[in-house]
Amino acid sequence: MKADGAQAAGDVKARARASVAPGVRFGGMSFVWRPWVAGVTLLLAVAGFLLFCLSIGVGDFPIALPRVVATVFGGGEQVDQFVIMDLRMPRALAGLVVGVALGVSGALTQSIARNPLASPDVLGITSGAGAVAVFLVTVSGGAATAVTDAVGLSAAALAGGLGTGLLVYFMAWRRGIDGFRLILIGISVNAVMQALTTWLLVTADIRDVARAQAWLVGSLDGRSWDEVRVALWCTLALLAVVACVAFQFKPLHFGDEVAAGLGVRYGAVRAVLLLCAVLLAGVAVSAAGPVPFVALVAPQVAMRLARCPTPPLVASGLVGAVLLTGSDLLARTALPVSLPVGVVTAAIGGPFLVHLLVRANRR
Amino acid sequence: MVVQSITATGTGVDGAARLAARGVSVGYGTRSVIDGLDVAIPPGVITTIIGPNGCGKSTLLRTLSRLLRPTGGTVVLDGEDIAALRTRDVAKKLGLLPQAPVAPEGLTVSDLVARGRHPHQSWLRQWSSDDADVVRRALAMTGVADLADRPVDSLSGGQRQRVWISMTLAQGTDLLLLDEPTTYLDLAHAVDVLDLVDDLHESGRTVVMVLHDLNLATRYSDNLVVMREGAVLAQGHPRDVITADLLHEAFGLRAKVIDDPVGDRPLIVPIGRTHVELDRREPELSR
Repeated sequence: MKADGAQAAGDVKARARASVAPGVRFGGMSFVWRPWVAGVTLLLAVAGFLLFCLSIGVGDFPIALPRVVATVFGGGEQVDQFVIMDLRMPRALAGLVVGVALGVSGALTQSIARNPLASPDVLGITSGAGAVAVFLVTVSGGAATAVTDAVGLSAAALAGGLGTGLLVYFMAWRRGIDGFRLILIGISVNAVMQALTTWLLVTADIRDVARAQAWLVGSLDGRSWDEVRVALWCTLALLAVVACVAFQFKPLHFGDEVAAGLGVRYGAVRAVLLLCAVLLAGVAVSAAGPVPFVALVAPQVAMRLARCPTPPLVASGLVGAVLLTGSDLLARTALPVSLPVGVVTAAIGGPFLVHLLVRANRR
Repeated sequence: MVVQSITATGTGVDGAARLAARGVSVGYGTRSVIDGLDVAIPPGVITTIIGPNGCGKSTLLRTLSRLLRPTGGTVVLDGEDIAALRTRDVAKKLGLLPQAPVAPEGLTVSDLVARGRHPHQSWLRQWSSDDADVVRRALAMTGVADLADRPVDSLSGGQRQRVWISMTLAQGTDLLLLDEPTTYLDLAHAVDVLDLVDDLHESGRTVVMVLHDLNLATRYSDNLVVMREGAVLAQGHPRDVITADLLHEAFGLRAKVIDDPVGDRPLIVPIGRTHVELDRREPELSR
């Protein structure tokens, strides 16, 4: 048996030579070169940019794609500059930023829980932010109004998402984090937050309910530059942190013990990344409301497109951006009434979730 | 007799050991599993920790590998307190294979083995030609080079275990800690994996493992650490350690120890309550 093994090892040495991933060097840096992943990522980036430009071009005053591209890169006519940069850019940029934030957030939570069902929606982060926002909208007067006036609805929602995320994390903690426990507790907290939201809506004044409902669906309507700028910088800062820690995160896909054996301080790495995931989801929710399913679907789509066994971070973010920008475009153009983007992402994401679950059951 | 054997094989010399536990106590929560244990791992040989279920075998291995932090005492790696070393520096000296590890679905063999290079990489240097060479050698040494492009989850249990050992080899450490490397394997595959472990030790590595099967442990190790209730009962070469008395003391097992017909080690023949010829049951009957 041993001799067989040795012979086989000799026979296939040449084949093995080809099958270990090649490296690519760039100055003092070196990375694994995976042409397929790089190609898919590049295509996604191009698709995201095109949808972004298309989204800017569409409206009561249509602008052709080449003119949009020229203006985005700093050229173009003055009329175009005003319409594009001042009026339409915030909405389109919000779509990109929220999409990337949700995609990366979902990729992180799914990787940490080692389960495709773990997304900010399922873990209660989104509904926690929603519950806080609805509370502030519907319960007028006193402390609630003071909070809204002081920090703004978006920041309060972000804090709600963060608080819920931390609550779930600490309740799931038992000498480490177990994926299933995290998801079960997340689902429970999610249900409580949604019940709270429903209760607030049922008991509130009807005019407040309309405002709260509009916020709860998730929409990119009427974003201002100020709101988008905050979301953009927060997202970029969080992505920078994720990029720094991501390399240490790779061995965690094999479980805590293997990761520890490979020299990773898994507790610290996981806590930092989970915090980033919660904050990214919180920033997205505070900028666009709880847009459903993007964080759940984007990493899974990215995995299948890039043919990776685990959610690829960059591609997940780009798929999120494509999905959100594309859905928003669809919501504004293809249908007779202009719908909030959350309706379209739910319509696409729901069936996809069913597809995932059915596939998982068949195994 | 045990003491003699320890000095004879040099395992009692603490200075020669690369890895040692000194007065180590470990527990989970309030429950104490190991209390004030001393053990030294002799270099260049295979040490196997055996003992009854729940005696603290895996806990000891996990403590030696720094997965668990002792509540008292120290683990010493190359003369330094392992708790004071950086996780990454420990990983450059000591390879660890936990019990029944799981790889993400669809991950290929070469990608899994390549992950073994992690302690030697950094954000800027994520992959070099050195890494590729080491991974190729690790794949070839464990006989899984022809499986390099296959997903790990499509392999048989024995092949999968070879792949995980290959990953630990790619880490490039000469100290390997294996927690029950033969779990879930049938006897043929278990023997195959242990032959591989023996090859690794022949090429100069120090191996510490936990095994359940006593006869495999006896056959494949040069140094046995017999544990009971969180303490070391005996340590030394299997020929010196394995006796009917010790087996009864450690496991509560009645057994006859005979010469291995195909090797130079003892062979344990367990005696249960049934299916044993009458004269073997005599001690019990006469009671």
